Amino acid sequence: MKPVLSMRNICKSYFTGTGELKVLKNVNLIVEKGDFLSILGPSGSGKTTLMNIIGCLDTPTSGEYILSGRNILDMDEFELASVRNREIGFIFQNFCLLPRLTALQNVELPLIYSSMPFSERKRKAMEILERVGLGDKMNSLPNQLSGGQQQRVAIARAMVTNPSILLADEPTGALDQRTGNQIVSLFEELNRDGITIVMITHDRNIAVRARRIVHILDGIVSEQELKPFVS
Amino acid sequence: MFLESIRMSWMNITKNKLRSFLTMLGIVIGVASIIALITLVRGATDNISAEVTKLGGNKIFINIIGTPLKQGLSRDDAEAIKAVGNVGGISPTISGKTAIVYKDNVIENVSIQGKNEVYFKADPELIRSGRAINMLDLEHESRVAVIGSNLVNDLFFGKNPIGEKILINGITYTIVGTLEASRRFSMGSTNDVVIIPYTTALQSLGVKNISSLDVYLEDTNLADETVEKIKGILNRAFNYKEDSYTIFNMGDIIESFQSIMSMMSLLLAGIAAISLIVGGIGIMNMMLVTITERTMEIGLRKALGATPYTICLQFLIESIFLSVIGGLFGLLFGALLAYVLAAFIGIEISILFSTNALAMGFSAAVGIIFGYMPAKKASCLNPIDALRSL
Ligand SMILES: Nc1ncnc2c1ncn2[C@@H]1O[C@H](COP(=O)(O)OP(=O)(O)OP(=O)(O)O)[C@@H](O)[C@H]1O
Ligand SMILES: [Mg+2]
Repeated sequence: MKPVLSMRNICKSYFTGTGELKVLKNVNLIVEKGDFLSILGPSGSGKTTLMNIIGCLDTPTSGEYILSGRNILDMDEFELASVRNREIGFIFQNFCLLPRLTALQNVELPLIYSSMPFSERKRKAMEILERVGLGDKMNSLPNQLSGGQQQRVAIARAMVTNPSILLADEPTGALDQRTGNQIVSLFEELNRDGITIVMITHDRNIAVRARRIVHILDGIVSEQELKPFVS
Repeated sequence: MFLESIRMSWMNITKNKLRSFLTMLGIVIGVASIIALITLVRGATDNISAEVTKLGGNKIFINIIGTPLKQGLSRDDAEAIKAVGNVGGISPTISGKTAIVYKDNVIENVSIQGKNEVYFKADPELIRSGRAINMLDLEHESRVAVIGSNLVNDLFFGKNPIGEKILINGITYTIVGTLEASRRFSMGSTNDVVIIPYTTALQSLGVKNISSLDVYLEDTNLADETVEKIKGILNRAFNYKEDSYTIFNMGDIIESFQSIMSMMSLLLAGIAAISLIVGGIGIMNMMLVTITERTMEIGLRKALGATPYTICLQFLIESIFLSVIGGLFGLLFGALLAYVLAAFIGIEISILFSTNALAMGFSAAVGIIFGYMPAKKASCLNPIDALRSL
C-alpha cells in the first residue's frame, strides 16, 4: 500500500544575514494510512519548520515530498491551497479559532473554501462537533468555551473535510495536564477509527501515547518504533 | 464563496460600527456634496432658463450701430423685416433722452422709448396699472405714455398717475399706464423710462431712426434661417458695411448659458470628487489597519484552504461595502441638503437618477481602487509569518 505521506532527503535552510542556517537536514519520513505518529524534539530543533512543510505552508530547500500520491513541490499556490483544504487538517497550539464566529461557524470555515453547499456544510459541521463531544456548545463563541473545549472545536474544524492527515503542532501546549490528556485520548480514539495523525510535541509523556515516535534533534530525524503497527 | 465573503465582510463592518462610520464619513461627504452641487446648479439653470425663455426664447435682438450716412433703420426697413417668413411680429425701439415735466416737477434726461403693441403683448406682466400701448395709438400717433415705476414714485408720490398729463419735449402726453418694477432676470431695467407709441416718437421726438428692433419668431427651430434672411435685409440697408449692426438670437443665448452652467456643475462635481478621493484614502487606511489586526485570521484562512484570490475578494468586498454604504448615506444627505438649500434659495429642483447613478458608481469605484492595494497585500501574506504573529 502506498503511504499517505513520503518525504525523502528534505532539507530546509534559512538564509539570514550571517549566512545559511540549516534547520532540517536530510529528513526522511513515511506516514502510512491510519498511523499515529508523534514528532518529539526540544525547542528549536525544527519541529514547527517540519510541520509547515508537511502542511504545505512552506516549501523545502531541496528534497522530495509526495502527499497522497501527488508531488507537492510542483504545485502552484492555488493547488497548494486546495491540498491544504482537502488533505491536511491543522490543529494549532493556541487553537486559532476566529473569535467572532460560533463554534459551528468555525468548524464550517474549511468547507466554505471547498465550496460545499450551505445546508450540507452545516449538517457536516454539526455531526463532527457531536463526535468531539460538543453537541451542546455549537452556538457558543470561543471565549465562552474552556481551553479544552476550544481545542476540541479546533480538532473538529481540522477533521471536517475528511483530510488525509491531522497535523497537530503542540496541541496540548496551552492546556493543563488533565485537559491535555483528554485531548490526546480523543486523538487515540480518532486514530482507532482510522484517522491518520501527526502530532508534534516536546513532551515525552504525550509523545508515548502515539503508535510511533520520531525524534528530531538539530534538524536530524531518527525513528523509534513504539507499538506494533497494524494497518 | 461570494455570498460567504459578503456575509463575513458585513460582520466585520458591523462589529466596529464607530470605526466603520468614521471611515465612511469621507465618502458620505463626498457623495453628498456631489449630489447637492449638481442638483442645485442644474435646478438653478433650469429655473433661469425657464424664466429667460418666458421673456423671449423666441426673440431675435437687432441693435443698430449705423453708419455715418444712415444712423438707424427706417420704418420701411422695419416693414421689410416684418415681411420675412417666420417673423411673427417686430418690436422696434426709438430712443431719445429729454426732460419731462409734470406740473412744477421737472426730471432731466429721462429715457423716452418709442415702442409698439407687440412689445407689450410679448409680456403681459409688463403693465402694472392702466393699459398698454395698442394698435390704435400707433395708427393715430396718439400722445399717450406708459411710465416706469421709479417715475411714478418721483412724480406722483403715490398718487394715481393714470389720466395725468405730462410734458415731453414740450408736447403734452396723457399717461395711460404704468410699468411693473423690473424683475430679477429681465434684460435692462424699465423702471426709469417713458414708453410712447413709436409712430408718435418718429413724429415728435426729433429722432427719425429705429435704434433697435426685437423680432418675434413663430418657429424657433427655424431661427438660424430667419436670422440669415434678416441679415440680408440689414446688409442691404447699411450698404454691406461691417459692424453697422449686431444681431443675436435669444435661443443661442439660452443655449450657451446652459452649456456654461453644465460645465460649471461638472467643475463643482469635480471639486467634490476630490473629497471622494480623500474618503477613499480613509478606507484604504482602515483596511490596512484591519489587515494588520487580522493577520492571524488571514494566515489561518490560508491554512484552511483559502486561495490568494478568495482572501483578496473578501477584503475587496469589505472596502466596496464601506464605500457603497457610505455612498448611500451620502445620497440621502445630499438629497436632503439639496432640498433644504433649494427651498431656502427658492428654486425648484429634481434629483435625477443619472446623478445618483453617477455618485454611486463613483463611490463603488473608490472602494475598488482604494481597496485593491490592501486586499492584494492581505492575499500575499505568507501564512507561516501570519500564524507566527500570534
Ligand atoms: N523564518 C526564519 N528565519 C530564520 N530562522 C528561522 C526561521 N524560522 C525558524 N528559524 C530557526 O529554525 C530553527 C527551528 O525553528 P522551529 O520553529 O522549527 O523550532 P521548534 O522545534 O518548533 O521549536 P519550539 O519547540 O520552540 O516551537 C530555530 O533555530 C529558529 O531560530
Ligand atoms: Mg514550534
